[in-house]
Amino acid sequence: MDNSLLSLLIWLPIFGGALVIFLGNQRANTARWVSVTISILVFILSLSLYTEFDSTTHLMQFEQRASWISQFDIYYHLGVDGIAMPLIILTTFSTILVLVAGWEVIQTRPAHYMAAFLMMEGLIIGVFSALDAILFYAFWEASLIPMLLIIGVWGGDNRVYAAIKFFLYTFLGSVFMLVSLIYMYNKGGSFAILDMHNLSLTTTEQAWIFWAFFMAFAVKVPMFPVHTWLPDAHVQAPTGGSVILAAIMLKMGGYGFFRFSLPITPDASLEFSEIVIILSLIAIVYIGFVALVQRDMKKLIAYSSISHMGFVTLGVFALFLAYKPGAAEGALLGLEGAMVQMISHGFISAAMFLVVGVLYDRLHSREISTYGGVINSMPKFTGFAVLFAMANAGLPGTSGFVGEFMVILGAVQANIWYAVLAASTLIVGAAYTLWMVKRVFWGAITNPDVESLADVNAREFGILAVLAVAVIAMGLYPQPIIEVMHVSIEHLLNQALTSKL
Amino acid sequence: MNNINTFDTTTLWSATPEIFLLSAIVVVLLLDLFLTKSFKQTTYYLTQASLFIAGALAFNLINEPQTIIFGGSFILDNMASVFKVFMVGSAMVAMVYTRHYLTQHALFRGEYFILVMLSVLGMMVMVSGYSLLTLYLGLEILSLSLYTLIAIARERAGAVEAALKYFVLGAIASGLLLYGMSMIYGISGSLNINEIASFASSANLASRETLILNFGLVFLVIGIAFKLGAVPFHMWVPDVYQGAPTSVTLFLSTVPKIAAVAMLVRILVDGLGAMHAYWSDLFMILAVLSIALGSVVALMQTNIKRMLAYSTISHVGFIMLGFVTGVVSGYGAAVFYILVYILMSLAAFGMIILLNKKGFEADQISDFRGLSKHSPWFALMMLVTMLSMAGVPPFIGFYSKFFILQQVISAGFVTVAVVAVVFAVISAYYYLQIIKSMYFEESDQEISIVAPMDMQLILSINAVLILVVGLFPDFWMKLSLSLF
Repeated sequence: MDNSLLSLLIWLPIFGGALVIFLGNQRANTARWVSVTISILVFILSLSLYTEFDSTTHLMQFEQRASWISQFDIYYHLGVDGIAMPLIILTTFSTILVLVAGWEVIQTRPAHYMAAFLMMEGLIIGVFSALDAILFYAFWEASLIPMLLIIGVWGGDNRVYAAIKFFLYTFLGSVFMLVSLIYMYNKGGSFAILDMHNLSLTTTEQAWIFWAFFMAFAVKVPMFPVHTWLPDAHVQAPTGGSVILAAIMLKMGGYGFFRFSLPITPDASLEFSEIVIILSLIAIVYIGFVALVQRDMKKLIAYSSISHMGFVTLGVFALFLAYKPGAAEGALLGLEGAMVQMISHGFISAAMFLVVGVLYDRLHSREISTYGGVINSMPKFTGFAVLFAMANAGLPGTSGFVGEFMVILGAVQANIWYAVLAASTLIVGAAYTLWMVKRVFWGAITNPDVESLADVNAREFGILAVLAVAVIAMGLYPQPIIEVMHVSIEHLLNQALTSKL
Repeated sequence: MNNINTFDTTTLWSATPEIFLLSAIVVVLLLDLFLTKSFKQTTYYLTQASLFIAGALAFNLINEPQTIIFGGSFILDNMASVFKVFMVGSAMVAMVYTRHYLTQHALFRGEYFILVMLSVLGMMVMVSGYSLLTLYLGLEILSLSLYTLIAIARERAGAVEAALKYFVLGAIASGLLLYGMSMIYGISGSLNINEIASFASSANLASRETLILNFGLVFLVIGIAFKLGAVPFHMWVPDVYQGAPTSVTLFLSTVPKIAAVAMLVRILVDGLGAMHAYWSDLFMILAVLSIALGSVVALMQTNIKRMLAYSTISHVGFIMLGFVTGVVSGYGAAVFYILVYILMSLAAFGMIILLNKKGFEADQISDFRGLSKHSPWFALMMLVTMLSMAGVPPFIGFYSKFFILQQVISAGFVTVAVVAVVFAVISAYYYLQIIKSMYFEESDQEISIVAPMDMQLILSINAVLILVVGLFPDFWMKLSLSLF
């Protein structure tokens, strides 16, 4: 029952980060090596979550429970199921990439930069493994702090505005969640998330709690119309910040829908599912078109992130319409598709931001018009970039296809028009991604600077190659991921479809 | 209870901290007269030692059985002892910071420390006051020392203005309080809190009596709100905070708040607890207004002392919300909040003083520019303090807000809780301004820290506690609850 593996995964990077701060910016190289070693160690440790995972049960595994604030029966209670576990591994995986990617690029306060990412890694793992609502909330809010600093200290010209907007937006969203968590505690006498799943709530209570949660999670995902902080944050954040933001922090919102909204307020989720679906479709279609007209590469990818995350919320909330008594496959496909989409988007968006980062490091411009014909000077790099662009556009054989396809299959069961609208993203997505590829990578060299670009070095090559393998492997054989989450998702589906009234 | 009316010297044991401190003040005052310039530091050390011993004596009395002495006008209970320990402790920390400020700005005088001890004595009398008269006397000892402390920088126009403003408004507040007290006395026939309590809770009150009690109650609430600095009786707070020398602001914004809360508990909870339904409505209005105004007006400040003044107003609002609930756990939440607030406020003003140099007050937000580069450690400490004030976990400021919100929601005021958290988010903006200055901006001049090591050490411990107590808040929550 008492397994301290998750604690280790949380606290090793946090204390490691403190150690790196202590090493200081003067010993930058030691700091780099120490950080990367810690992140690799954490990744290896996190793999044993996968290998020792029992995928036949929806129950929480690797549990650890100790009294924390006995005044309110708050426990330091950790544990993962098939929904949280893959996200934790995604976190540990992405952190290594980010640290390695920042190796040479970050010259101002390198130790602090590394430390911020390490601490954030620990805090985000805490979010995904907390089984106590207040512990969850503490990790959830605390993870904003390193991100605030990363954007504000190492960001672009308009970083102050972006950093504060990011912080306030997400802070505002989550305080309502806090109020509803306290409300449920006063009603049920427990802050344990699993107890909240079984707490019976009236229609009105569910409606209020649903919207409170929605404020918190929709801002994080982000959903239309509360997405406006994301393009600002992404554009201003340093490459590593964008990667973590897109690959992991957005998933915290999606995870919230899985862990809180569906099981705690099933009836309200059913009642308001159409509104959420419509917002998701607006995100998918409208934001797709917005992405089309962007001149800034990072902004384009940021909008494409919003559009892709629309699939997650669509897959989650389409289950209520897709479910037919006796035939749960449609609903299940949608939910699993949402999960797969989250993981896959973690890889692809990370890769896309790293691609832009590689270019930015060389010419210090994110404008599409600066580039043109990059393939001539950077052939290896262009190979990767095109692969990731294809994955972003949802090409079969890449991970981008699997999740979207599953969600669309689920949506067909719900309403054919939802599916048609969602599927249109395959066209719009291809349009904005490939058009960007065409303007940046292909054609003749338009800018003399591009001619002198050096192709990727070994470090960059390594990072991109690892991501390329992940994207293709998941596209060709997603079964291992679907397998671990299957039972948990089925259980979640049951919870979502069981009325609490 | 036979010791209420007879004077028994053994009962003096319960008042040892006050008796000791008073004697120490007299001794130090006389001694200070004979110290030559080169030995002026002695006064500081004697003050610290006196405070420490007074605190130890108070600590020694924790868990003594409740005793009421001096004809029912003085009470010794756990709340009094714990509050005294906290007051003395924070006063000692404040003195460590103060010494640096006074040395830098050539304000170092023996009287300063005497006045501080005197005000601590006044506050001790307040937290142990069990009759309206004792409470009022304690309050006046406190207030008169504070007026003088502010004016100690007599060549600064701002300080004199602040002292005068505080004096005039403080006198009005005292007057209102006294007026309310006289009404309560007039109708209940007693100054003693427990006799007032039994009068107010007796079932057969004539409507005329209730009316007069209520009338007095309103004045008492206004007087207390004045002292706490709750909206709309907050006008003195920003001016006094800004005008007073920073070391006085530091003291003013921390220790007396405990005493004010203690007075509130003695009068309104212990004495007029039966009238809770009447005063809780008033408190609700004061609390919500304070949270709102404190959060919004602080947004526009460029002077960090003034900004923190408005932030104090909004914290006071949260504390008052705890009393609105009318249950023991709600009062416990308020006490927890005040202790947390003092920890944070000490660190915040301590940081301002830390940056002080000869001729440099560091009281603008822009003075923190680029601090993260020149002193990453203290920038981190200020970051922790500011985020804690904003209520971001895992820092202690989150748990104090959490505790209050939990009580408010449990009392059925969900809407109020939502309003409070929305304003908490708004207030996060101005705390972020300081983080922005420290981390995101560069300074055009070098920031050097000239504060002595003892101050740097205490300040670091102070700020680290904000995190550590935040990770393990259980003990402090239980302690706060055990006081009622």
